[in-house]
Amino acid sequence: MAEETKQKDPGAEERKIKSVKRMKEIMTGYYIDAKTARKNNNKVAWITSGGPVEPLIAMDIIPVYPENYGAMIGASKMGVELCEKAEEMGYSRELCSYARGDVASAIVNGGPIGGLPEPDLLVCCNNICGTVLKWYEIQARYFNVPLFIFDTPISHTNFSDSARKYVRSQIDEYFEVLESVTGEKFNYDKMGEVGKLSVETQRLWQAILDTTMHRPAPMSAFDAFFHLALIVTLRGTQTCIDYYRELLEEMNQRIASGISAVPEEKYRLLWDNLPIWYKTRWLSDKFASHDTCLVADTYTSAWSGSVDMLKEEDFIESMVDGYSRIWLNIGTDIMAEGILKMIDKYDVDGVVMHSNRSCKPYSLGQYDLQKIIMKERNLPTLFIEADMCDERNFSESQVETRIDAFMEIVKEKKASVK
Amino acid sequence: MDIINEFRNVLNDPYAYAGEWKKKNGKKVVGFFCSYAPEELVLAADCLPVRLFGTRDNIVHADAHLQSYSCSLIRGALEEALTGRLDFLDGAVFPHTCDSIQRLSDIWRMNMKFSFHWDVVMPVKLNTESAREYMRDVLHDFRDELSSGLGVEISDEKIQEAIALYNRIRSLLKKIYEIRSKFPSVISGSDMHAILRGSMIMDRHELPGRLEKIVEHLEAESANAEDSSAMRLMFTGGICDFPDIFTVIEESGGVVAWDDLCTGSRYFEGSISNAGDPVSAIAERYTSRVICPAKHASVTSRGENITELAKEHDIAGVIFLYLKFCDPHSWDYPYMKEYLDRAGVPSMLLEVEDRLPSEGQLRTRFETFIQTL
Repeated sequence: MAEETKQKDPGAEERKIKSVKRMKEIMTGYYIDAKTARKNNNKVAWITSGGPVEPLIAMDIIPVYPENYGAMIGASKMGVELCEKAEEMGYSRELCSYARGDVASAIVNGGPIGGLPEPDLLVCCNNICGTVLKWYEIQARYFNVPLFIFDTPISHTNFSDSARKYVRSQIDEYFEVLESVTGEKFNYDKMGEVGKLSVETQRLWQAILDTTMHRPAPMSAFDAFFHLALIVTLRGTQTCIDYYRELLEEMNQRIASGISAVPEEKYRLLWDNLPIWYKTRWLSDKFASHDTCLVADTYTSAWSGSVDMLKEEDFIESMVDGYSRIWLNIGTDIMAEGILKMIDKYDVDGVVMHSNRSCKPYSLGQYDLQKIIMKERNLPTLFIEADMCDERNFSESQVETRIDAFMEIVKEKKASVK
Repeated sequence: MDIINEFRNVLNDPYAYAGEWKKKNGKKVVGFFCSYAPEELVLAADCLPVRLFGTRDNIVHADAHLQSYSCSLIRGALEEALTGRLDFLDGAVFPHTCDSIQRLSDIWRMNMKFSFHWDVVMPVKLNTESAREYMRDVLHDFRDELSSGLGVEISDEKIQEAIALYNRIRSLLKKIYEIRSKFPSVISGSDMHAILRGSMIMDRHELPGRLEKIVEHLEAESANAEDSSAMRLMFTGGICDFPDIFTVIEESGGVVAWDDLCTGSRYFEGSISNAGDPVSAIAERYTSRVICPAKHASVTSRGENITELAKEHDIAGVIFLYLKFCDPHSWDYPYMKEYLDRAGVPSMLLEVEDRLPSEGQLRTRFETFIQTL
């Protein structure tokens, strides 16, 4: 059950999260390092968001995340233009907008930082979807660099021994690829250290996400969407640990002082699916106008969801389960169990599902999840039909109407329960 | 040809055929959607593997489970299941291919109460020793699950018999395709389609006999075959559940001389070795067969393959035939088109939502394309 403290209204300025400034500095520094890698004789690898980054860090390869760039493209409202460019190149408009945006961005050096630095290696882990395979094949042809595929079979109902064996053998393949790209032997010592740091980062991230169990929540899912970038891009580094310690500290202070994400939190909701990157502020304000806080989400928690499977003292072996049995790489009914747990943990009054055209593994099955949520918890679910990066698929007036109508239902339900 | 009518009849009402087969034989029917389904093992377990497609009816029930931005194969398949039209099925096997089939498997399993549900999570990459080994392991696991689920023993001998049978069927289908490529006038596209599709439904033990009769007949016909002046076209894409498309192409002055379709050449390509462990031999076929875009053999294998096929079969133009919302095929389109452009082979893209466009529209598109060749 969520703890409660008396809510203060310190005003919008004080409500702002202070750590944001430091976060922006870190991300800027990170992208500068990545873009100047070649000059500094460093190698760059592009890697999928669910991919095992620790071995790259152990080999001093700078990891770059086209998906993180996709989020930045969406947030800077550059998604439509880049997607249209991809369509001119022959890519269907129905395809994932992250991938469309990145394929176009590589050609035109697009997006908010004028394109990503060219990769020396591509690391594609399909634990999140099958689209990344096609995306990375395209970039492998375009940049003419090695492509390593880390193939993590889905656990519809369970993770088979055969799959476990397969994934384990691919870790060795991965190390061999890194040796061949760098010309160095795989650094097992550094890998051990990075593994420990990675586990600690994930624990810290989870602790930060756990602060929103508090009533009122010191931050919202929309804040989590922003602060997520570090655990995605800098997982396994001291920088990441230092920052998340700072952020966790700030959250705990806010709880102690009664500073909340939403001035008057009366209703709490759970978000499912990727963010709508070009509308996070609008959505946050819209829900806040209903005294509603999106206190948790299934997306950001995916980056610490495996932390119980990872073992500091045996990181390499534990990577097999840790990277295979992640949120999207499991059966829809297993995801349902996870959602029910989050509903209880964060004590929410309803669920908001982003039906994201760009992400089939995340979106197909949501209708069944909605039914299960109603049946098992008697809670309503709002569907927002959109796309994470391509704004052409978002209809503001329609979504606004839906949110208002949904909040009426939430309020009525809550009032009737009292 | 009468014998082809048998295939057409099955295709007209596959569910009735499967239901009657069940009654007659007292055995089980297992549905599948994809050419990676290990039919050989299903057959070795004495079941009839029946390939399922979408629906000919309107989508009503599936909308409650699948968003509109998913392909007509999965929406249609789920629709058929939810309406009860697939009640004759004892179960279905879902090999891992694309994201859409992956979620269909979960939604199907959660909502339908068929006696059996098998997920065969095959590797996505097929070009490493680890993947080859995993493919073998996955098929061994599937054999065990089939065996324990159905309560039958699936001996190596039974598997070898199934392998031999499928090798015969596939080489006969390939022979028919080769005759068609050399002498397109001896068999129509829609007859060809009926033979392929029917072969995915009918009792496999009866198939070689029927297919042999067709080969005999076609070989006889080809002795006196007229030269075809039709433009030689090739389909590339996923599933083709559109028998009418061939007629329109033929009336527009074209002929489909070959294809790179999941329900075409990739269905029968590749024979299985009869040496060594039979399950591993089956695995080898699925590992080395020309891939569909949901799998990875190399970053250029499909582009190279389509170019080779176009050369081998003297193709004047390629038609990319895609279901709308089919991501894997859609992703490969620009680069495969580029390969064909470089080889001097013109192409066109036809995306189909759930039904073909009107005959008139289709004819215009094909005529226009064929005129440019």
